[in-house]
Amino acid sequence: MNNKPASHGGIVILLSFAIALMLNMIQIPDYLKIYRPEFVTLILIYWCIALPHRVGILTGWSVGFLLDIQMDSLLGLHAVALAITAYLAYKLHARIRLYPLLQQSLIILLLVTLSQMLILWINGISGLAHGDWSYWMPALTSMLSWPWIFYLMRTIRRMYGVN
Amino acid sequence: MLHSVRSFFNLIIYPLQTIASTPANIGIWLNEQLDSHQSLITENESYRTNNLLLKAQLQKFTSLQAENIRLRSLLKSSRKLKDQMLIAETIAVDLDPYKRQIVINKGQRHSIYAGQPILDAYGIMGQVIHPGIVSSSAILITDPSHAIPVQINRNGLRTVLYGTGAANYLEVQNLPNNADIELGDLLITSGLGGRFPEGYPVAKVVNIMRDPGQPFAKVIAEAAAHLEQSREVLLVMAQESKPQLLSEQIIKENSSDE
Repeated sequence: MNNKPASHGGIVILLSFAIALMLNMIQIPDYLKIYRPEFVTLILIYWCIALPHRVGILTGWSVGFLLDIQMDSLLGLHAVALAITAYLAYKLHARIRLYPLLQQSLIILLLVTLSQMLILWINGISGLAHGDWSYWMPALTSMLSWPWIFYLMRTIRRMYGVN
Repeated sequence: MLHSVRSFFNLIIYPLQTIASTPANIGIWLNEQLDSHQSLITENESYRTNNLLLKAQLQKFTSLQAENIRLRSLLKSSRKLKDQMLIAETIAVDLDPYKRQIVINKGQRHSIYAGQPILDAYGIMGQVIHPGIVSSSAILITDPSHAIPVQINRNGLRTVLYGTGAANYLEVQNLPNNADIELGDLLITSGLGGRFPEGYPVAKVVNIMRDPGQPFAKVIAEAAAHLEQSREVLLVMAQESKPQLLSEQIIKENSSDE
């Protein structure tokens, strides 16, 4: 495995993040907005588990930075949250890989909740707290959409031989 | 420094935003294409009547404006009467669902700057917060972190209007219980704070709760601008108001009229 070129399929990774960013900003009706899964976080966690030697904290930080620009939030807010998520996913990747899908989804719930909590804290410090239970909805929908995203991404990864 | 970083990386996000806004644009396009001939004729007719009415009002307005300038020059006070406008389009993308923000397709290249007021045909919408190079993000007046100085059109009572985070609704938090405010009062910009030009409609009062146990009345107002629908927005270009120059200009204009 080590003698394969390391830079194979980088474009697929980039494209997957671009599509996740677009899914994050595509216009949907107002009442659905609070249910939107955290696509970028899910894709990041997937790549951290599948290719921990290529995608990690730096990727997480950069994608989070772009998310900050896109969502017009405090610069570095999502960058920090996604960097920490990437670190945890990287630390746990060997375990998560072995878990059945249901258990994986629970880990995803935990990771997404954690990153959201970080964002809530930092937003709270800068005076933008929204004390509403619906804030945690994306964590739940992310958990529910994880099996589909996992299968889809695995198929894509194998099809294009990303490693 | 950070602002320039943000506007630079905005260039990377801009193509993604453009692609992400296509489904919404296709929806609008389909809607326009499938509109029936009859409804287009009706719409056209209503525009024509409206245009006639507006033109009639404008005739009066021009003479009133001239009179106003003359009277103000007599009083030696200056005031901006015309604001230069730039038209921008909103890009159909979602931002944070807990904020009220929009993205517009004009940026620093079109000399957009932070704090620039945004209007639509019906009233004040908000202001630019992060100007990018080709696109900018703007905060709406309904955002919970936004406040705008206003006055009641009827009696000139000044107050501050806060965003609630709910679509189209704003709140006055610091008017005493006995303040002279009524249902249906129009709130217009007061021009205090120097950010928004004076005299533009902002909101209409729709609910007043006077609780004797509370020091302040709770007043809810509905935004005059069509915040959630406007595709085209107007950006006000700032002009420095200089008293001497303005009066000189009036004299020039008056002499050229004769």
